[in-house]
Formats: sequence, C-alpha cells, structure tokens
Amino acid sequence: MYPELGQVSLILALLLALLLSVVPLAGALTGRDSLQAFARPLASGMFVFTGLAFAILTHAFMVDDFSVAYVANNSNSMLPWFYKFSAVWGGHEGSLLLWILMLTGWTLAVAVFSRKLPSTMVSQVLSVMGMVCVGFFLFIMLTSNPFDRLLPNIPADGQDLNPLLQDFGLIVHPPMLYMGYVGFSVAFAFALAALINGRLDAAWARWSRPWTTVAWSFLTIGIALGSWWAYYELGWGGWWFWDPVENASLLPWLSGTALMHSLAVTEKRGVFKSWTVLLAIVTFALSLLGTFLVRSGVLTSVHAFASDPERGTFLLMLLGITVIGSLALYAFRAPVVHVRSRYGSLSREIFLLLNNVLLVTATLLVAIGTLYPLVLDYLDMGKLSIGEPFFNTTFSPLAVATGLLLGAGVFSRWKKTDGGWLGRKLLWPLAVSLTASVAVILIYGGFKPWAFAGVFTAVWVAVATLWDLWDKSASRQGRLHGLKRQSRSYWGMVLGHLGVAMVMAGATVVSNYGIERDVRMVPGDSAMVGDYEIVFTDIGNRRGANFTAQYGSFDVLLDGKKITELHPEKRNYPVGMSVMTEADIDGGLFRDIFVAIGERISDDAWAIRLQYKPLIRWLWLGALVMAIGGFLAIADKRYRIREKNQVKVADRAAKTGSAQAAGATS
Amino acid sequence: MHPIRKKRLTILIFLVAGLAVAVGLTTYALRQNINLFYDPTEIAAGNAPVDVRIRAGGMVEEGSVKRDPESLSVRFRVTNFTDSVPVEYVGILPDLFAEGQGVVAMGRLNNDGLFVADQVLAKHDENYMPPEVADALEKSSKGQHKPPYADKTAESQAY
Repeated sequence: MYPELGQVSLILALLLALLLSVVPLAGALTGRDSLQAFARPLASGMFVFTGLAFAILTHAFMVDDFSVAYVANNSNSMLPWFYKFSAVWGGHEGSLLLWILMLTGWTLAVAVFSRKLPSTMVSQVLSVMGMVCVGFFLFIMLTSNPFDRLLPNIPADGQDLNPLLQDFGLIVHPPMLYMGYVGFSVAFAFALAALINGRLDAAWARWSRPWTTVAWSFLTIGIALGSWWAYYELGWGGWWFWDPVENASLLPWLSGTALMHSLAVTEKRGVFKSWTVLLAIVTFALSLLGTFLVRSGVLTSVHAFASDPERGTFLLMLLGITVIGSLALYAFRAPVVHVRSRYGSLSREIFLLLNNVLLVTATLLVAIGTLYPLVLDYLDMGKLSIGEPFFNTTFSPLAVATGLLLGAGVFSRWKKTDGGWLGRKLLWPLAVSLTASVAVILIYGGFKPWAFAGVFTAVWVAVATLWDLWDKSASRQGRLHGLKRQSRSYWGMVLGHLGVAMVMAGATVVSNYGIERDVRMVPGDSAMVGDYEIVFTDIGNRRGANFTAQYGSFDVLLDGKKITELHPEKRNYPVGMSVMTEADIDGGLFRDIFVAIGERISDDAWAIRLQYKPLIRWLWLGALVMAIGGFLAIADKRYRIREKNQVKVADRAAKTGSAQAAGATS
Repeated sequence: MHPIRKKRLTILIFLVAGLAVAVGLTTYALRQNINLFYDPTEIAAGNAPVDVRIRAGGMVEEGSVKRDPESLSVRFRVTNFTDSVPVEYVGILPDLFAEGQGVVAMGRLNNDGLFVADQVLAKHDENYMPPEVADALEKSSKGQHKPPYADKTAESQAY
C-alpha cells in the first residue's frame, strides 16, 4: 500500500515540475505577474512530494518490506538499522531518488532565498530548475522505479547490502557528492536565465556566486569523503585511483573551480561574461556526464551500478538535450554581451584568466583519459585502458603551474599591477618557501624532482596566502583589529588557498615518501615499515552482527616502545557470500600506520600488507579547509546587503565598469 | 600596436602555448600508458606483444591456483574455456579472487609465454563479471556459453 503512495507522490511531483518549467517562464516572457507567482508554490510542492516519496522508501527499508524489489536487492532483515537507513541510497534507484530530492531541495532553496531578486529572474531560474527536474523525474519513473514490487513471489529475506557499503563513509559520501553535483544546476539555471533575458551583468554574477560556491564546497567534501572511504574501506590504502568514476566527480570540480574564479572576475570587473556563462553550462553538463558514466553501466568500477542499456540511452539523451539546448541558447544570446572594461597584461584579471586556462586544460586532460577508452570501445576499435601514469604525468605539471601562479596572483591587483613591484613583493615569500621546502625534503630524506616541485608549490601557496593576509591586516589599531576587519569572503579565499596547499603537500609527500610492503607473516613475526616495527602477535575469530571475521592482532613499535595495537580483520558476510578486508589504521596528523590482512598462504602464514603513509590526512583535512573557506565566503555581508537594493547594485556596477574603462590604460 | 589588440594577442599567445603544452603532454603520456586488452586465445596464438604492459582477462581455471608457501608468489591459469594462459603474481590478491571467477590482470608477457602480472583485479560479485571478460568468453564459445551475469542486478567491486 505505502509503496504505491510513493509512486503517486512521484507522479504528482513530476506534474508540478512540468508546470514549474512552463508557467513561470511564460509569465516572465509575457510579463504576467499572476503566472510568475506560481513559481514558489510549485517549487515547494515539488519538494514536499519528492520528500514524501523518499520517506516512504525509507519506511519500506525500516520495516523490511521485501515485496519492494529495490529493498529486497539492497537490504536484509539482519542489517543494523542505520545501514538499513543508508541502504536507501545504496543502489541505483534509491540514490537517484536521493539525487532528485536534493535537486528539488536546491530548487526550493532558490525559491526561498531569492525573495529580493527581480521576479522575472526568479521565475526564469526556477523554470529552468523545473526543466532539469522533469528530466530526472522521467528518468526515475521510466527506467529506474524504486517502488517496483516483487509480487506475488515476495522473497523471505533480502539479498543484503553490499558489505563494502556497510560503512559510515557510505552514509555521508553520496549525499555530500550529490549536493555538489546537483548544486551546480543552480549556477546553470542562473546562467540560462541570464541568457534568456539578456542580463549578463555584475548583478547576475553576484547572485549566482554564492550558489556556485556552496555547491563547490559540498562537492569538495564529497570527493574527499570518497577518497577517505576508498582508503580505509576498499582495504588497500590507495587514496586516488584515477578510476573513471572518481574522474567523473573531479571533472565538474575542476570546471566548477574555474567557474568560481571567473565569476569573481565577472562580479568585480564585469568582464569574462560569456566565458563565465559557458563555464556554468559546461560544469553542469559535466555533472550530468558523471551521472551518465556511473549509471549507464559503461564502466567497470567500484561505483558501477547495474548495467541497463535503457538507462544509459536515456541519460545520454538528457545530456544531449541539455548541452545542445543550452549551447544553442548561448550561441544566439551570448554575442549580445559586450566587454567594456580594460585590464593590463599583469592584472589580477590575467592571473585569474590563466587560472581558468589551466583548470580547463586539466578538465580536458582528465576527460580525455576517461572518455578515450570508452569511445574506442564503442566504435569497436579495441579495448584498452589508460593507466594512472597518464594522469600523473599530465596532471602534476598543471597542478604545479596552477599553484605557482596562485602564489603570484594573490598579490596582484585588479586592472594593473606593476611588474617590478610584484617581483619585489614575491622575493621574500620565494626565499621562505625555498628554505621551507628544502627543510621538508631533508626531513623525509631523498631528493626527487617531483617531490621537490610539489612541496615547493604547496609551501609557496601557503606562504603567499599568509603573507598577503599579513600585509592586508596591517592596521594602526593593532594586528587583531586588522585581522577582524577583513571580510568573510577574503577569509574564505585564504582558507580555500591554504586548503589547496595542504592537499598538495599531502598528495606529494604521501606519493613520494609513503612505504608499502606486502609480506608473508606467521604469528610472532615482525616486519619494518619506515621506522616502525610491526609485530604479528595473534590471529583469532570474531563474530559480528551479520558477519564472521578472522581477527588479527598487531603491535606497532617505534624505537622498541609499543605505541599502539592494531586489529585488522578479514570479514565473511554469509548472506551475500562475500569476503571483505577491513584494514586497521593508526591515524595521526603526520603519518598513518596501515595494516591489512591478505589471504592465507599456508596453515599459519598470512599475506599481510603494511603501509606507512606520511601526511595522508592532509589530503582530506585540506579539502575540509577548502570547503569551510567556501562556506565562510558565502556568509559575507555583501550578499545580504545586496538584497536590499539590487537595482542600485546593477547600476553602480555598470557605472563603475564604464568609469574604469575610461580611466584604464594598458 | 593598439593596446586592445596587443592584449588580445597576449591572451591568444598564452592560450595557444597552453594548448600546445597540453596537447604535447597528452600525446606523450597517452603513447606510454595505453594498455590494450587481449583474451587468452589471442595470447595463446602469439598475437599479444611480448614485454609490453597489457591487460589480460578471463576466468581463473578451476584447480589451477598454486601458492608458494614460503613467499607471496602465486600462479594460476586464466581461461576462456578454449585456451588458457599461465599467470604469475607476487603480492596480495583481491578479496574476490577465486577459482571459477572472472579476473583482469595487468602485466607483461615474457618470452616463455608466462604472463607476469603486477596487478590483478577481480571486479565482480556472484553475478557480475568485467565486460572485457564477458566479451572474451562470448567470443570463444560463440554464444553457446552464456555468461551467468546476464540480467541480474549487479554492483561491482574493484581492487
């Protein structure tokens, strides 16, 4: 009975989405306020009915309703309640429903937080969101209905949730990631609305900036959580595999990062408008591409859902319509926009332009590496795969170049920066970074060119960012006063860039100075990883809620002193007949010690993986710092003041734009 | 030169330079890192290159897994039920590696026809197998041996 109600509410939500995509837009185009007034109620209704459907599916999981096919495939009566809850998004259909719930949630958020925007703009934005919603509602109903029943042969018990997914990481990773993916639809909707009414101005950039930044922050956290989860749950201690699906999430992140920076230029200086709009379209298209890659079954990966050609075709169509439609609109409308203001060849505008060039190049490289094998396979030109070295050789130089530019760009000024002044400004940060990176390299031992380049870049970014903060916070009333005077968006930038430095440092050090050893051990043996001695003391059996496990005991010694005990497991889940390695990790800010049990070699000998991972936590902490920076930036006062009188803002932006144009020389 | 043109030219030069570097790096890196897939029949017939990093895949032959009790070395045969290839691997095998299951191995073929793997992926659960393996099997049996993964829901697992 309940599942049918879920079905009905999905259908109702689809109908509301259809209305939302037509009525307010028609109102905006014909200037009828009565039609535009429908936008907000329709958005709320859509969210409520989607929420209802999601709640009903959750209920089906909680009461073990195995007559619902999706529940039967992804749950089991023995599963602990919190995994039953997270199993709602443990498979294709449910995670798609979560995705749609978030999409309608973002639509509602736009409706709620844009009360002060011009009503035509809001109507158009919400209508575009409605169109995106229609696409996904049709997708879930036509190809992946989570409420399909298994009648009359109701299974006695479910097939269990994939043990890999029975983990805290799964509870939080997909929601965060989807928040990011879906959030870019708002930037997309704003871009399309601006194209439709031809108002590509500073005010438009100011409105869509916070939405982009929030989406980006969520995506950053989502990717970091995924990497962290892969590290401890997949069992083998890698943190990034350049797996096509990881790349699928990295693609919108890279172009989203470019979008954030180009939006900043558009807001502050009124230039790069067409480029910014294009980036907004591309970023959302890449989010859709990611969905297609993950859900169409074209990939073999830890993320790949059931292959069903119908779904792939549908998503490809959705992607095609979005891209062709928005690019056609772009082609017709974008040339209307003229660039007025000027900037010098060493201005902040140029630094941000280069940042965009590098980020877009990186996006292209990752896209090529990910899609090339798929395209060849589709054309029947052979099966091949592109290995990690491809991404490492191409991505690292770009990352280093981006970091080096970032350090100089932080000091640069809008419009025009004096080259000599900038050079002198960079001298001290350069000296400090060189010394610090040499010190780091000496601590970890062994000079490697890439390790040095990476560490230097990371330190350079951090030093330049802090140096600029120091400069800016100089005040007659004392340092503290100066620090307090900085705007939240400036603090957001500082944290964002420090986060980048941390990720770079972590990635460089762990890939160059980490140690991995696979050894054969019998209880009583000991082995060294770096300075740490690992003693295999015992192995026994343990019984968990829905699994049995071989339970190892290891002592970790440093300089002969025991610092901790680790208990990795080899788990056996009887329902799905699957075996899983559960590594145990002694985590720390500066290093992780990682022990995992491999297979049994003989009666008492085991294959054991031991790892020493310096600075690995910095990867995820850095991402967290970046995301906090993003959230801080949108808490900036000016996004609230603007709501009082956005017309003035737009006017002023136009005026300053032309005034600057008149005054600038290059 | 007119300042605007000068600036446009600078931007253009940067763009072209960036593009050239990117294209150069990409082709260089691509040339070195493309790993072609071969099925056991192709390898047995000598169509696969020796000492080039390739991917090979199929089912792990029943009864073929032999471990060296004193080290982490393991040998097994990968088959498509027509031909089979001996594989050697040193290290820890993935959780889902088992006889009668699909695997994809990365590594190099040596002069004696032994495939020395440096990475073994067993991406499957009980009703899923890597698309390459499914293809290889289908080719060898010309449709008679239908892969068992046909229509069930499957979530794969890597590494």
